[in-house]
Amino acid sequence: MSSFKQHILFLCGVAVSILLSIMYSWVLRTLTPSFALNGNKPAVKHTAVSRRTALEFSQKVRVLCWVMTQPKHLKSRTQHIRATWGKRCNIVLYMSSEASDFPTVGLNVSEGRSQLYWKTIRAFQHIHTHHLDHADWFLKADDDTFVVLENLRYGLSKHNTEEPLYFGRRYTPFIAQGYMSGGAGYVLSKEALRRFVKGFADGLCTHNTETEDVGLGKCMETMKVQMGDSRDVLGRQTFHPYPPDYYLPRQTRRPRPWYLLYEHYQPVEGPGCCSDLAISFHYIDAVQMHTLEYYTYHLRPYGYKHRFQPDEHLNNRTNI
Amino acid sequence: MMSESSSFMKGMILGGIFCLVMSFFGTFNSGSHSEGHEHLHHHLKPLSKDELQKLSESQMTDWTLQVRVYCLIMVTPKLLVHWATANDTWSKHCDKSVFYTSESSKALEAMDLQEQDEWARLRKAIKHAYENAGDLRWFFVARPTTFAIIENLKYLVLDKDPSQPFYIGHTEKSGELDYVEYDSGIVLSYESMRRLIEIFKDEEKCPERGHALWKTSEEKQLATCLQYSGVFAENGEDAQGKELFNKKSISTLISDSMGQNPADVVEACCSDMAITFGGMSQSQIQVLMYGVYRLRPYGHDFHDSLTFLPPKDSDND
Repeated sequence: MSSFKQHILFLCGVAVSILLSIMYSWVLRTLTPSFALNGNKPAVKHTAVSRRTALEFSQKVRVLCWVMTQPKHLKSRTQHIRATWGKRCNIVLYMSSEASDFPTVGLNVSEGRSQLYWKTIRAFQHIHTHHLDHADWFLKADDDTFVVLENLRYGLSKHNTEEPLYFGRRYTPFIAQGYMSGGAGYVLSKEALRRFVKGFADGLCTHNTETEDVGLGKCMETMKVQMGDSRDVLGRQTFHPYPPDYYLPRQTRRPRPWYLLYEHYQPVEGPGCCSDLAISFHYIDAVQMHTLEYYTYHLRPYGYKHRFQPDEHLNNRTNI
Repeated sequence: MMSESSSFMKGMILGGIFCLVMSFFGTFNSGSHSEGHEHLHHHLKPLSKDELQKLSESQMTDWTLQVRVYCLIMVTPKLLVHWATANDTWSKHCDKSVFYTSESSKALEAMDLQEQDEWARLRKAIKHAYENAGDLRWFFVARPTTFAIIENLKYLVLDKDPSQPFYIGHTEKSGELDYVEYDSGIVLSYESMRRLIEIFKDEEKCPERGHALWKTSEEKQLATCLQYSGVFAENGEDAQGKELFNKKSISTLISDSMGQNPADVVEACCSDMAITFGGMSQSQIQVLMYGVYRLRPYGHDFHDSLTFLPPKDSDND
């Protein structure tokens, strides 16, 4: 037989074999019917979020945030603030004992719980010297506080920063007019900041305690700075010294748990604890920081008309 | 003649070996036709914003009426705490939610199916739901350890016709079988339910009590029965391909993302329009309820094409 013929036959064999395999797989495929084609066009990313109001507010109500931190915490805590809410401040300053490329501002203090009030004093003095005209309101937060800047601006928008005012989570003990919890974060008006710095300059305020929130509260009282009410129009709290799971789960009526003992206003446990437009939560670790970021700025129920419509209640209250 | 046929045979053998090698490398199909097809058929996404905005008022009204969900929540007294949590939280957002239990509990109301076998119980629940659906056309089957955002489920199926067979969730593969994972919730259209009821009658294809020595999980049995009726599992995802159905908790997903995408933790982690999460404790779910339905930044308005109202007599959403 000719070698040409042999080659042809060989090729035919290959071809037949391949054809048979294709037919076999086609038969198998028709026995297992294909999935329903749903003809989805390539989808487009969601962009139509109206951020106009938020943007207007950020120009009208400028907030300078300073975060009380230390070199040891930059990687474990502060970087997560920088990655989440830090960038929403008009200016954010990370205050530490040492300057660094984080960037941190180096204050003339050492680290440790006993130095916290010194840090606060130096931080506000630094801000008064370098940034007084760069912002309208001055927020202090810890490196484990989560803050929703938009809600802070909304609350502050009704107030005049030239008045001596101070907002946060109001605590009763130690000082007649009370003081604002340090961990939950507190905000000073421009006039309050001026008076704080002046108080130290004139010797009316001194470093009389290591507990920075109590110390600052005492100076505020001395310098006749007024305590603000930061609750929303339904009387629900916006600044929180503990994480959301301390407040939200339903409880049967019970005497105040330890973490609610200092409260100035009657605390509410369960869903009524917390405003929809919450401003802060504290003792927030890295995972929770990103989780709260996800809840606040990302995860949402499509088309849901929220129960709480703040602007419908506009005329009722005079506080935040 | 011999040399001719031997050449031919050599050719056949070579061709056969060639095909085997190709199918081994997965570029030649002998089952599902190419990855290209799989991409089109298995992934189910919601309508895009642009597409939604092009629709007429009447179309939107029709769809709002059509996209109503019956939730079948499969409970047992062992899961009492989760049962109570589901009852107090996400199940309120279903148009109708029925808790189906293996045995009744004094603490909570449920439909007692008096059935210890999970698959048999699921079959009974499905039959009951189909018969009592009224004008509801979408069905969501979940255990109370799952948390669901029903509004996002509605958004996913908004433009899908429930008189077509749909079987949606997070899909997994077991051999040749694609099935929807139970732990992250199962979505069925009315037509799929109808076909299931039919195939339940076939003891050969869809037995009530398994014949095998080992028990197959309910999720796989469900998938098999559906497959016999020509209904196939589809994976629910958003426009970016992110999973909508999750069996992990949010903290696990965030934690994983912090390890894998430290520069962009939240963006990389989870969908904005996620539908389900699992493995969360009671207090985590209360926080999630607040996080989904209440906590938000003032001034961020979404011009969504549909409106869903909050449920009556509820204070945590």
